[in-house]
Amino acid sequence: MTVSFLILAALTIAGTAAAMSLRNLIHCVLTLTLGFVGLAMLYLQLGAQFVGFTQILVYVGAVAILAVFAIMMTQSVGPHVQPALSSFWVPGSVVASAVFAVLAWAICSGATSVRTPPQHDVSVNQIGDALMHKFALPLEIMGLLLTAALIGAVILAMPEKKGEQ
Amino acid sequence: MNPLTGYLLLSALLFSIGLAGALTRRNAILVLIGIELMLNAANLNFIAFWRYGPNPAALTGVMFTIFSISVAAAEAAVGLGIILAVYRHAKTTDLDQMNSMKG
Amino acid sequence: MTPETIDQIFVLSKGWLLGYVLAALQPIGSAILSVVPVLVVFPLLFAITTVLERKGLGRIQNRYGPNRVGPYGIWQPIADGIKSLTKEDIVPRTADQVVHFLAPLLLVLAAFLAYAVLPIGKNMVITNLNAGLLFFFAVGSMVELAVFMAGWSSRSKYSLLGAMRAVAQMISYEVPLVLASIVVIMASGSLSTVDIVNMQATYTGIWPHWFLFTPWGFAGFILFMIAATAESNRAPFDLPEGESEIIAGYYIEYSGFKFALFFLGEYLGMFATSGLAITLFLGGWAAPFSFLTWIPSYLWFFLKLLTLIAAFIWARGTFPRLRMDQLMGLAWKFMLPMTLLNIFTAGVWHFMPTGISRWLVCTFLIVAPWMLLSRGLKQRKKLQVRTYRFAE
Repeated sequence: MTVSFLILAALTIAGTAAAMSLRNLIHCVLTLTLGFVGLAMLYLQLGAQFVGFTQILVYVGAVAILAVFAIMMTQSVGPHVQPALSSFWVPGSVVASAVFAVLAWAICSGATSVRTPPQHDVSVNQIGDALMHKFALPLEIMGLLLTAALIGAVILAMPEKKGEQ
Repeated sequence: MNPLTGYLLLSALLFSIGLAGALTRRNAILVLIGIELMLNAANLNFIAFWRYGPNPAALTGVMFTIFSISVAAAEAAVGLGIILAVYRHAKTTDLDQMNSMKG
Repeated sequence: MTPETIDQIFVLSKGWLLGYVLAALQPIGSAILSVVPVLVVFPLLFAITTVLERKGLGRIQNRYGPNRVGPYGIWQPIADGIKSLTKEDIVPRTADQVVHFLAPLLLVLAAFLAYAVLPIGKNMVITNLNAGLLFFFAVGSMVELAVFMAGWSSRSKYSLLGAMRAVAQMISYEVPLVLASIVVIMASGSLSTVDIVNMQATYTGIWPHWFLFTPWGFAGFILFMIAATAESNRAPFDLPEGESEIIAGYYIEYSGFKFALFFLGEYLGMFATSGLAITLFLGGWAAPFSFLTWIPSYLWFFLKLLTLIAAFIWARGTFPRLRMDQLMGLAWKFMLPMTLLNIFTAGVWHFMPTGISRWLVCTFLIVAPWMLLSRGLKQRKKLQVRTYRFAE
């Protein structure tokens, strides 16, 4: 448990906890971005360079901006337009704490060995090789999925024609 | 306490924070953000097990995470499109008021 | 002093200085010694560029640029610096204080981070990341978030409008930017910027192996430069910050030092994308002809950088501003298909045997769709004959 892991973990937890509890929605998204950056640095510390940079490129550069645009377009920003918590927040928090308790118990009581394997530096060449040979089918399915999502999102967000009211 | 346990605990904590946000917040967009957080926690799990697992040369953890990030981005786009369409119809993103299919 | 010593003088002096550092502090010392020159040189280049740009624009527009402060106005950046440091820092009362403060910091941070993977000379790169190009694009995508933060936190309609337009433009042009650099990754087989430059640093006879001198490389370079102009919000793509359209767009409520930071961030982003274009297409620090390799590699890099900056200034003074729908139409309807066809052409180039036939086939594969697309996308407007009526 190195110091860098503790600092990054604290940063990530602070960012995500703030994201889920702030009132102002834009502040929520900005602190969430901080959490994503913390996660990306954790990936870099674990030796997965490609995944870490992809996390920043996709989550910080695209998903956060998408969320911000959606907040702008649904006009959810404003001086306290609605109460922050849903009416079922008590059962919700109880369930979430119970889930964390069960997961933590399972992790701490599981049998894990003490030895740490040596760092395996994965190069992008190997990832490309794996994508083209072993994981070629998931790659093609991912392309299909992304095309369907692209077309679907455009159709969903298109304004309806006035004559069909 | 070895490093793997630390990463797994962090991932469990992130997952439960995301779950708490998705279950307790009133705004639909924040629920979607909670779901994204849960996916991220699972990704951290994958990478931690890849690093401290028996066979890092097989790259399974890294590949799974790459596909998971792509799927999560696509799902965020479609989810936000749905929220926009619902907002256009109901003029609100308050989840407590979307109970026309209840009962 | 052999040419090799002059070429490697910074690397050798860094090694000599590191000899005076304790063994335990070597990694930190090495990092500081690599980073500080970049932090000093590029803001200096920014200062020089501001005066060069104003003089150049002035001459293109048939007027003198600034010429009061020094001989031919060369001390103008010092005057600008003093002005921006001593101006009062006005923050609107209803503005979001924390986000308003953090936005220029994030912009400058993201712009500076991008220099970590640019090879400025032979063996002179801050860090040789295995996925260096991906790191550059990831850091570049953080700039959009900073722009949005700046526009939204000012709580002003003009700044929000400018920020939305700027973010939409930057997201749209990120796709052709990345696709245009994929051809280089295909040709060199590596995401590391050092490997890409090393592949271009060889010569056949006197001609270099730059990727610019191939059909797909030339098309890719032009598409990359257009996308880079749009990414840095420079003219002719500067509608989000146009001074005559919406005053100043997303940094309208900033004054003094924070405004200077925005300026610095924008220009640093321009330098970083130019540096990447040089690394990918123009051979990085390699000399254009094999008999010119005695000139140090870092001088070649800065020479090429200054040429690209001059091209940016030239384009700014020459082209009229594009409207928002024209801008988006250009990105999605023209540049995206062209970059995809470019990737296909690069594949064809790789698999055809060397010779004149692959030049002809690849050139045809790029020029024909370009002609067809530009003819097809033209707006067919029936314009009436112009008549003039003079006031009587």
